[in-house]
Amino acid sequence: MTPAIELVNVSKMYRRYGGRQFSTLKSALLQRSIVRNLQPSETFPALTDVSFSVAKGSTYGVMGRNGSGKSTALKLVAGITKPTSGSVHVEGRISALIELGAGFHPEISGRENVFINGIMLGLSKREIQERFDEIVDFAELREFIDAPVKTYSSGMYMRLGFAVAINVNPDVLLVDEVLAVGDEGFTHKCLDKFAEFKRSNKTILLVTHSLNLIERFCDEALWLDEGRAMSHGDPKRVVGAYLTKVEEGEEALLAATTARAVESASRAATGQEGRDGHEGRDGQEGTEQTEHPADPTSNMFQATEGRWGSREVEIIDVAFLDRGGQPSFVFHSGDPISVRVKLRAAHPVDDFVFGVGLFNADGVCCYGTNTYLEELNPQRLSGEAEATFVIESLDLVEGTYKVDIAVHKIDGFPYDYHRLLYTFRVKSRIHDVGIYRPRHQWTFSPTVQFKKPVG
Amino acid sequence: MLSNLANLFRYRGLIQSLVARELKARYRGSALGFVWSFVNPLLLLLIYTYVFTAVMPNNTEGVQPYALFMFCGILPWTWFSSSLSEAANSLISGGNLIKKVLFPAEVLPIVSVLTNMVHFFLGLPILVAFLLVYQHFPRPENLLWFPVAVLLQLLFTTGLALILSALAVHFRDIKDILANLLTLWFFATPIIYPWFQPSVRKFHTFFDVNPFTHLAVTYQEALFFNQGPVGHWKWLLGYLGVGSVLLFLAGYWLFDRLRDSFAEAV
Repeated sequence: MTPAIELVNVSKMYRRYGGRQFSTLKSALLQRSIVRNLQPSETFPALTDVSFSVAKGSTYGVMGRNGSGKSTALKLVAGITKPTSGSVHVEGRISALIELGAGFHPEISGRENVFINGIMLGLSKREIQERFDEIVDFAELREFIDAPVKTYSSGMYMRLGFAVAINVNPDVLLVDEVLAVGDEGFTHKCLDKFAEFKRSNKTILLVTHSLNLIERFCDEALWLDEGRAMSHGDPKRVVGAYLTKVEEGEEALLAATTARAVESASRAATGQEGRDGHEGRDGQEGTEQTEHPADPTSNMFQATEGRWGSREVEIIDVAFLDRGGQPSFVFHSGDPISVRVKLRAAHPVDDFVFGVGLFNADGVCCYGTNTYLEELNPQRLSGEAEATFVIESLDLVEGTYKVDIAVHKIDGFPYDYHRLLYTFRVKSRIHDVGIYRPRHQWTFSPTVQFKKPVG
Repeated sequence: MLSNLANLFRYRGLIQSLVARELKARYRGSALGFVWSFVNPLLLLLIYTYVFTAVMPNNTEGVQPYALFMFCGILPWTWFSSSLSEAANSLISGGNLIKKVLFPAEVLPIVSVLTNMVHFFLGLPILVAFLLVYQHFPRPENLLWFPVAVLLQLLFTTGLALILSALAVHFRDIKDILANLLTLWFFATPIIYPWFQPSVRKFHTFFDVNPFTHLAVTYQEALFFNQGPVGHWKWLLGYLGVGSVLLFLAGYWLFDRLRDSFAEAV
């Protein structure tokens, strides 16, 4: 079957600055061209050597981070811009849902705008007449259709734009992240409309950040990153590859955040130490004991990052280890995780407690414990030491979590207290709610039946 | 280019509805609405009449009533100058369409020209009314020159509008230069003074090369002087005719060349 959309080695350069692309009169005469060739330093590659083809009747998803070239690719397919090199070929009538209601005039009524917008999109007056009711019903704007468009809410505006564009009845539909326009009900209607398109063997090119949509909807997917095609083919596989990369990025980000938090907290702590070093030793101990008692649950609602303590025993490193014992910052719900704490004791101590506190992004304590509560009786800690808190299964819902790590005396006197300095992320394919996900399964009587999952 | 030109014909429905939209939108919300299209030229003419009969009377021979003479030239000039200043801005203000929708960009400057042409037509009844008031009846055979002039002006203005709109995307200074240039052009054209006025005789060659002279004078001759374009004016109208066609083609060619740069530069 001939492809409905075909891009062959397409590259697109944009100008980096808003400067003009024109030559001076002299060079124009010399080069016989009024458009100057741009220097490499003046251009910015939005797409580099991208090729893909979309079979007629299939749905193709394009994903990637912001600025990865998705919209550029869509504009090239739509013919709004031309590729710098390579070729773009599209078969059939195109309708592009790139910016909804782009051609609306605010002063005139919704009705008149529907007609003009339809004509802009290539319909004839008669065709619009025939579809007018359908368009208005789809947009759910019957009541307001004769009001000027400037009085519409942004949702109404988008719905009307969407309704017109979708009713152009194209052979190729280009969709750029427009499903976010409506409420739940409208989004559903849009998806139904897409499904209808699919059934009638029309081609859809979908640009979206919703991986869910790509997996559910698309026959094939393309992942763009910095203008290059990273992977394409089976949506599940492409989404998987994309998620892995996203996690890597998140890891780096979380690692940097954590390093910064630890560093700034340590600097603040040592600064304080230096300022009132020997004079207020006793007083400081007193206040610290009341302000930061040993029980990690008693001050769990004071969600301020920080580090304090005498440093007789010092926490020198904290790492979250994954299943393979590798440091990581991103975990999946249900994965094992180990919190490894490296310590150094300035002199041997016989009174010590290790504590761990786990908080979610709202500052709610999800769990807190220490070795004293768990009736471990301290005997001796000296020199370099290591303590690991092992969780067999991280049964938390998706989100970002912060961790308190502390080592202190039984009476609460802190050696080294790291408050909310460490961050990790829990990812989950299931968007359940709450904090804790108990291990669970569903069972049903034979009279309850579910459809087999598709794909 | 030729196939694109043929497309222009296909876009007539679009052009038509955009012109209608512009006209509707212009007066939407005002109390008088569409009536303004008549009231504006009427008020203008009344002001000129008052100024040039009461404040600083112009008694130049051969152009009496002076206000009527002036109006014959000002009406087409307004069409011309507003078209150009709107067209120069049309691609920039319609940027959303060019960037986000697959949209034939040349429609925008053409719509500017046509919208102003409609305003020009709406001003004509006022002119007719004043012709009747002054008992000044142009001869029917001279009136035949009127549509010729309108057609040539349309072609000439559209050609210029295409060039200006395409270049203004890249050279934003054009808009401001144009405003001043149009003022200069207005006074350099025999609109508020007759071309045969002795004091401007030395500029004769200059008048001949100024394309708008021929348009303005043709309107004046057809509507005011009751003599039709005599002798050499016919020839010059031919020069203007060929020139307008060439200008239109050149304008379209330039526009077509720069078309691909619009979506990025707007």
